[in-house]
Amino acid sequence: MTETFRMAGAGRLTPAKAVRFSFDGTSYQGVAGDTLASALLANGVHLVGRSFKYHRPRGFLSAGAEEPNALVGVHRDAARRTPNVRATVQEIYDGLSAVSQNRWPSLAYDIGEANDLGSPFFSAGFYYKTFMWPKAAWDKVYEPFIRRAAGLGVAPDEPDPDHYSSLYAHCDVLVLGGGAAGIATATAAAASGARVILCDEQAEFGGALRFETGARIDGKPGWDWAQASVANLKGRENVRVLTRTTAFGYYAQNLVGLVERVSDHLATPGDQPRERLWQVRAGKVVIATGAIERHMVFADNDRPGVMLASAARTYLNHYGVAVGRNVGIFTANDSAYAAAFDLKKAGVQIAAIVDLRDDPRGAVIEEARGLGIEVLTGHTVTKTGGRLRVSSIAVAPNAGGAARVIPVDALLMSSGWTPSVHLFSQSRGKVAFDDATQRFLPGQYAQDCVSIGACNGTDTLDAVIEEAYAAGENAVSGTKVLRPAATTSENWTGGMLGAAPGAGPDDTVKAFVDFQNDVTAKDLRQAVREGMRSIEHVKRFTTNGMATDQGKTSNMHGLAIAAETLGKPIPEVGLTTFRAPYTPVTFGAIVGHSRGSLFDPTRRTAMHGFAEKNGAVFEDVGQWKRAWYFPQAGEDMHQAVARETKNVRRSAGIFDASTLGKIEIVGPDAAQFMELLYTNPWAKLEPGRCRYGIMLREDGFIYDDGVVGRLADDRFHVTTTTGGAARVMNHMEDYLQTEFTHLKVYLTSISEQWAVIAVQGPKSREIIAPLVEGIDVSDAALPHMSVREGKICGVPTRLFRMSFTGERGFEINVPADYGEAVMEAVWAEARKHDACLYGTEAMHVLRAEKGYIIVGQETDGTVTPNDAGLDWAIGKKKTDFVGIRGLRRPDLVSGGRKQLVGLKTVDPNVVLEEGAQIVATPGQPMPMKMIGHVTSSYWSPNCGRSIALALVVDGRDKIGERLFVPMPDRVIEVEVTGTVFFEESGERLNG
Amino acid sequence: MRKYSVFAIAREALRAHKGWDEQWSSPEPRKEYDVIIVGAGGHGLATAYYLAKEHGITNIAVLEKGWLGGGNTGRNTTIIRSNYLYDESAGIYDHAVKLWDGLSQDLNYNVMYSARGVMMLAHNVHDVQVFKRHIHANRLNGVDNEWLTPQEARAFCPPLNISQSARYPVMGAALQRRGGTARHDAVAWGYARAAADRGVHIIQNCEVTGVRRSANGHVTGVETSRGFIGAKKVGVVAAGHSSVIMQMADVRMPLESYPLQALVSEPVKPVFPCVVMSNTVHAYISQSDKGELVIGAGTDQYTSYSQTGGFHILNHTLDAICEMFPMFTRMKMLRSWGGIVDVTPDRSPILAKTPVPGLYVNCGWGTGGFKATPGSGHVFAHTIANDNPHPINAPFNLERFRTGRLIDEAAAAAVAH
Amino acid sequence: MLLIRCPYCEEERPELEFRHAGEAHIARSSEMTELSDDEFEKFFFVRQNPKGLIFERWRHIHGCGRFFNAARDTVTDKFHLTYKAGEPKPEITLMAPAEPAAWANREPSELNVDMPSKEGGR
Repeated sequence: MTETFRMAGAGRLTPAKAVRFSFDGTSYQGVAGDTLASALLANGVHLVGRSFKYHRPRGFLSAGAEEPNALVGVHRDAARRTPNVRATVQEIYDGLSAVSQNRWPSLAYDIGEANDLGSPFFSAGFYYKTFMWPKAAWDKVYEPFIRRAAGLGVAPDEPDPDHYSSLYAHCDVLVLGGGAAGIATATAAAASGARVILCDEQAEFGGALRFETGARIDGKPGWDWAQASVANLKGRENVRVLTRTTAFGYYAQNLVGLVERVSDHLATPGDQPRERLWQVRAGKVVIATGAIERHMVFADNDRPGVMLASAARTYLNHYGVAVGRNVGIFTANDSAYAAAFDLKKAGVQIAAIVDLRDDPRGAVIEEARGLGIEVLTGHTVTKTGGRLRVSSIAVAPNAGGAARVIPVDALLMSSGWTPSVHLFSQSRGKVAFDDATQRFLPGQYAQDCVSIGACNGTDTLDAVIEEAYAAGENAVSGTKVLRPAATTSENWTGGMLGAAPGAGPDDTVKAFVDFQNDVTAKDLRQAVREGMRSIEHVKRFTTNGMATDQGKTSNMHGLAIAAETLGKPIPEVGLTTFRAPYTPVTFGAIVGHSRGSLFDPTRRTAMHGFAEKNGAVFEDVGQWKRAWYFPQAGEDMHQAVARETKNVRRSAGIFDASTLGKIEIVGPDAAQFMELLYTNPWAKLEPGRCRYGIMLREDGFIYDDGVVGRLADDRFHVTTTTGGAARVMNHMEDYLQTEFTHLKVYLTSISEQWAVIAVQGPKSREIIAPLVEGIDVSDAALPHMSVREGKICGVPTRLFRMSFTGERGFEINVPADYGEAVMEAVWAEARKHDACLYGTEAMHVLRAEKGYIIVGQETDGTVTPNDAGLDWAIGKKKTDFVGIRGLRRPDLVSGGRKQLVGLKTVDPNVVLEEGAQIVATPGQPMPMKMIGHVTSSYWSPNCGRSIALALVVDGRDKIGERLFVPMPDRVIEVEVTGTVFFEESGERLNG
Repeated sequence: MRKYSVFAIAREALRAHKGWDEQWSSPEPRKEYDVIIVGAGGHGLATAYYLAKEHGITNIAVLEKGWLGGGNTGRNTTIIRSNYLYDESAGIYDHAVKLWDGLSQDLNYNVMYSARGVMMLAHNVHDVQVFKRHIHANRLNGVDNEWLTPQEARAFCPPLNISQSARYPVMGAALQRRGGTARHDAVAWGYARAAADRGVHIIQNCEVTGVRRSANGHVTGVETSRGFIGAKKVGVVAAGHSSVIMQMADVRMPLESYPLQALVSEPVKPVFPCVVMSNTVHAYISQSDKGELVIGAGTDQYTSYSQTGGFHILNHTLDAICEMFPMFTRMKMLRSWGGIVDVTPDRSPILAKTPVPGLYVNCGWGTGGFKATPGSGHVFAHTIANDNPHPINAPFNLERFRTGRLIDEAAAAAVAH
Repeated sequence: MLLIRCPYCEEERPELEFRHAGEAHIARSSEMTELSDDEFEKFFFVRQNPKGLIFERWRHIHGCGRFFNAARDTVTDKFHLTYKAGEPKPEITLMAPAEPAAWANREPSELNVDMPSKEGGR
């Protein structure tokens, strides 16, 4: 096809730069710089979409981001399918493939159009009133049907191969919007040396100057001034200019979110990201976001070919495209006349200007008549004709009377301009309704920002330039900068809100307010009749303003119609909240690089490589990767764990315990601090000895536990659980800094400094002995629960004699940088003694065989030391420790609490499921009375049977009793036991 | 009240929908009511409805400082489930789920309760243990909740990424099939219409500024922006503002109010069949009947009444969503917003009598109150009518913070609501 | 994301460096065991949760590591000022100026705040 609507000599594009693209499979030619909208219009294509509810044929309403109708899918390839792309924003590139949405089987013949015939039934909120009978049909029939009908485009179904980028930036002045006002402000601010960022959502700066041919600034046409000014700004080091960049969100303390579309307009994006998120913290924000033209609300105002006057001007003056050959105008203000003049001068026939105003005055009326254009004042368009494209308008006097049908192939409309106060409002500024001009304008400011230009209600170009320069100067230094002269022949004031006379009073016609969501004036009136008095109710009931354009063209009309129906002034009905984002923002741009391994950091111990080399399977524990088990050839997890656990008790096992949290507590009052933070007594613990400590929250519940070694009178080496490391450190710092400030202590997290190799088992001493220097590792010199400093393999070590297996055991702390080397050396020794490597799963089994708890598994934040059978760890003579008072609360000392016990299944081969619930008597009706649950359960190779730990109500009184674990398919009988399953005497600890 | 039905719509279609009644009227307040409910959100309106329907008390006003349903009712992500751990919680949330099923018919208002299944993902061994504990407890409480393997989870929710190369691979999931979503506005409007039909006054734009008490301490009414309104009993159902209202009666609460944010995507054709929640990667998602992906985030870290929160919270939420559903990076965020959630120390609600005679409070639902709306209103109405809690809400008293008998779902579960 | 002035580092830093730490000026009793159940409930569970001026604790956890206090408005989320732990609760007789720059965290000297003499507690 050829571009039959591209007007020779019009617009700013270069016709020689042809671009091929396709829409719904048909190939078209456009020109570099075209949007999909302008290129389709150049080819005479107006029909591009179907509406959400009635599937009405739709064309282009606008030429910008406010577009409600022209949403298409853009398919770069199978994985790069983007739904709901505004054709008025998407630039074309060679090979671009776009498809229409929400239609079947085709755009021209859409079966969903039947909804339009049934529209009297599908009134506002109809779905709240029906689909309730029969009840079962909702899930099965009605809802699936509604869902299929709803939605617009189709979501991609493959992972997105594109990448996205993210940046933080700071500046003195951030200018949002690059029209005349924004450019002028940036120029003034930049002259003072301030760091300036200027952004605009369009591909080129200039804003309304793209179509406003009547503007002259600094002796040049407005557009030329804009380009020259921006070129000047680009040359300055203190200025960053960003095109295709939308300010979408205004957050606290002048943090503004921008999204830059980097490569969606390129045929070959190469390595560039698709989009880039900017989070800009600005000293001052200048909001220069302009105004958006409103449509007229009248019957059948949605046919393809009916569009905003400013859009038609943009297509002509910038893209060189005529939107029709015989164009009508329907307006309530002066600004739309300029569209007629531009088109007429380009050779397009103007069928008529229908001006709603009874007696409009001014030069434009005369100029129109002078150009031979018929001007019908005091008239309204009562309806339009046509199916897939407007073909005629019916025009009648406002006062009533016979309608006259005028053939047109496009209708341009304007009911005035709505200042874009979205970002101002997002900044939590309060808008105020200006009665004289019937618009909301920035009122009270909440942040350090200023609105200028059309978004501030400043209507004349010379005033805009003055305001912009003043804002730019005041943003930083206040130094005066010479202003350029600015004039325009155009008048942007005036207009109307709400339904034009053509919308009925009879409430039967479809006069669209919100095009995409198919909300009509009668829907809004119905909502009010049904008792919706708040604009929020009206909006939610009708869905007005809730489509992907978020009501940019519809909100004010909706508000006016609701106010009129309620008989209240507009400010009393209120304005719905402006919420971020200004226009929809791609998830990927927000996510940026935070995908896959960069979603969350991965923590690996110093010995991770060693474990990998030795075939470990890893599990996620918080951010850590921990070796879970070390399968040998042919082994599954169960077999590997069985082998490892037996091996440890038979000879020895080596385990990477580095992830445990470690804190060094140093100072003359270190012991006193320990006394306050842990339940245990510490004062009498001798240097060189260790103790198992329990830490509570103030409420008396177990918070963390770990072995603590006293290295010196004034120095403790504390270990915490893996998951507790950071919060325990925070907890300690909190008390030290804010409650126990009298104590001379300092805390250092040493979790990352020390790698920890646990060597456990009867042969553990033989394994480490040859490697250790300067420490006597004999049982007599280094008994269970003691610690010494010395060297191993030539590097410093803190050597703990301790055990989490019930065997003689050591935990070798070495500086993390040496962790892997020492591990290799230990492993080399260990292999001589039939030792194995074991992982967290075997560690869990081994400790459970001995009844050692794991905080977070046996406890869950509701377990006291007494519940866990750890009363012995509370210093009975202590007068204070964190949790001492909480422990004494009535419910914590009363009977009926769950206590930790062991469970043995009557059938030793049955392994209980962790989390399984326990009842006293089987066969109860639902709901059953549950008296406890299984916290840990394993097959114990060393006991040759299953073992389990459980929290059971008054469990210690029930030892020896039979209880029951009801499973979906059977009931498992268990015996309550003590918590130690393997070697109750504990002799093996001592070797 | 004119019954809503397909026939009523057809009749109205013939006369341009001009015959519909107001769904609720906007009366002037009387001088005195038997019961005043402070807060016309879902819970407050439901309380009024059940007081009228089941306890014969119709001289009720529901006072709302803004527009009804405009607080957390109209801002939440509408997830409904009852697979809570403790008997007390399962009791109240399952009471609600039973009422959800049939609520549209009861109210004659389609609240679009959709039992599309709520699936909670386990990403590590600890999650598995916790979820299994829930599943077993739920089963013995008669609450459905089942374990799914990663493959079964993906079969139930095809967009789910179960690749082992994910940062936190899915190890399984707990699925409550009766869980799902409902249309939040319709819940508020349905209760409002049904309550108003039984004579309840719903008074919007009426802010409570004080609680008046007699010499013996009993509540006598409330001061409002529209003057004093007398009442024999006052039920406070003010969500994020509960601390503020209760303080007017000199009752200090164990509550803190936090911003909670949510967002929706642009509408797309059906792509997401259920609700998925993940505590470990921190996000939840479903698709509305309109086609929007509805995505919830966590709370901001500081207390606030601003109904806004930090962008970094949404940012992290979308990170998590796209990690679980990598095909969604090309989707677009259409709208984001914030609410104020009132959080108790044990993350369980308070539905109780208070130390002030005639004053009752229903609060502390934190991030998960919507799902409980019918059950909460039902038992709170019982509590007000009888001056005594229903057995279901008796454990959710204020005394528990003194005795230590908490219902600590957060500690026990480590699961977001 | 808020900007918060750390009174130790004496500069504004982004919220990500900080961790909120609850209501301020709730001192732990030196005689914990003497508290009644009611007093313990007030100490550990009951919170002011004010709509408006709040005194709260923050920790510059990814910075200097210090706990400090802030006076903030919970309706606007604007900080009036931040001050060091252990410093007494300031008497804020006049809110920070209403103009937009009030978003900044101020030095006490820039505000009409009265800092009483030392008292304990957080």
